[in-house]
Amino acid sequence: MIQVLRYRPETDREPVRQAYRVPFTDDMSVLQGLQYIKDHLDGTLSFRWSCRMAICGSCGMMIGGAPKLACMTTLREFYPGPLIVEPLAHFPIERDLVVTVGGFIKKIESIYPYLIPKTLRRLDEGEYLQTPLQLARYETFSDCINCMLCYAACPQFGENPDFIGPGAMALLQRYNGDSRDDAQEKRMALVHTDNGAWSCTAVGYCSEVCPKQVDPANAVNQNKTRSALDYFLRFLGRPRGSGSAQSEAKP
Amino acid sequence: MSSARPYLRPVEPLWWAHPPYLAYTLREATGLAVAGYALVLLAGLISLARGGAAYEAWLNFLKSPWSLALHLLFLIGMIAHVWTWFQIMPKTMPRLAIGSRILPQRWITIAGLAVAAASFIIILLVAVWMQP
Repeated sequence: MIQVLRYRPETDREPVRQAYRVPFTDDMSVLQGLQYIKDHLDGTLSFRWSCRMAICGSCGMMIGGAPKLACMTTLREFYPGPLIVEPLAHFPIERDLVVTVGGFIKKIESIYPYLIPKTLRRLDEGEYLQTPLQLARYETFSDCINCMLCYAACPQFGENPDFIGPGAMALLQRYNGDSRDDAQEKRMALVHTDNGAWSCTAVGYCSEVCPKQVDPANAVNQNKTRSALDYFLRFLGRPRGSGSAQSEAKP
Repeated sequence: MSSARPYLRPVEPLWWAHPPYLAYTLREATGLAVAGYALVLLAGLISLARGGAAYEAWLNFLKSPWSLALHLLFLIGMIAHVWTWFQIMPKTMPRLAIGSRILPQRWITIAGLAVAAASFIIILLVAVWMQP
């Protein structure tokens, strides 16, 4: 038995639960359960999915009250049910299990999500080199699949939708922590604001729900330290945003 | 014509009172026990500066059953705070490297708890040893 929170903007004033009986095998994912509903019981049910293997980040939803990827969660964990499936918390619902992602995309765009090296190397000068340690400093932050589970886990994002949030901050740190990058000052301007790192109260649940062990809580809180450091360094006349990741020896 | 009419669910006002946020709520709330204990010590310091009589009065307050109950409460709060704080500590700091490897977060938590436990025991031993 799967109970799905449904919302059809043409007819529903607010979301309502609808129950479906789904034949169940041991190896079925929640996504397969939803697909069974769509294929055999009710073709009007809407949900996002694509890869079925925890790479695309499309099928994030609240499963049994916790943010999870539907493809990565088995039905047997909840047998005999009822399993309650709802759209990702804290996001506006477009339809059924589909939420509005526009705000998140804007945040991702705002953090300069690409390498900005100090000096561009010509092709014949070769690659930008990096030691294994320099890679390890930011590597997990580059594993984000934009599934937004961390946003559904974050009560501060629930209270303030303008908070840049764990996912975008992890991506920000992926570039700010990269020894080849030189645009920290630009990105730190975002970190310093009320909607930047300081909206976080270190709940830590974002890192727990992350299906890729990105550890966004660490990214946000590293930036709190950096932001505080920048604040005090201003009194010593150092420019904002200059600092640690750059000071490591270049290979 | 688009029928888009996004529905924003209201935030549950008591989100902090339910799992999985209970550990966080406990950590933040027991911070008050830490502050309370600091205030008691501060009161002692101020009494000391005010002279012998005031200091005696503070010592007598410490011996009262109210104070003992309060300190038991502070101790429980402190232990809960230490436990929950060192769970989150590795998230709040830059990644530490040993050689060319990043230190696993679990070790930072264990190290923090070990230092806290060691300090507790050492201070307890010193207090017992200094007893007249």
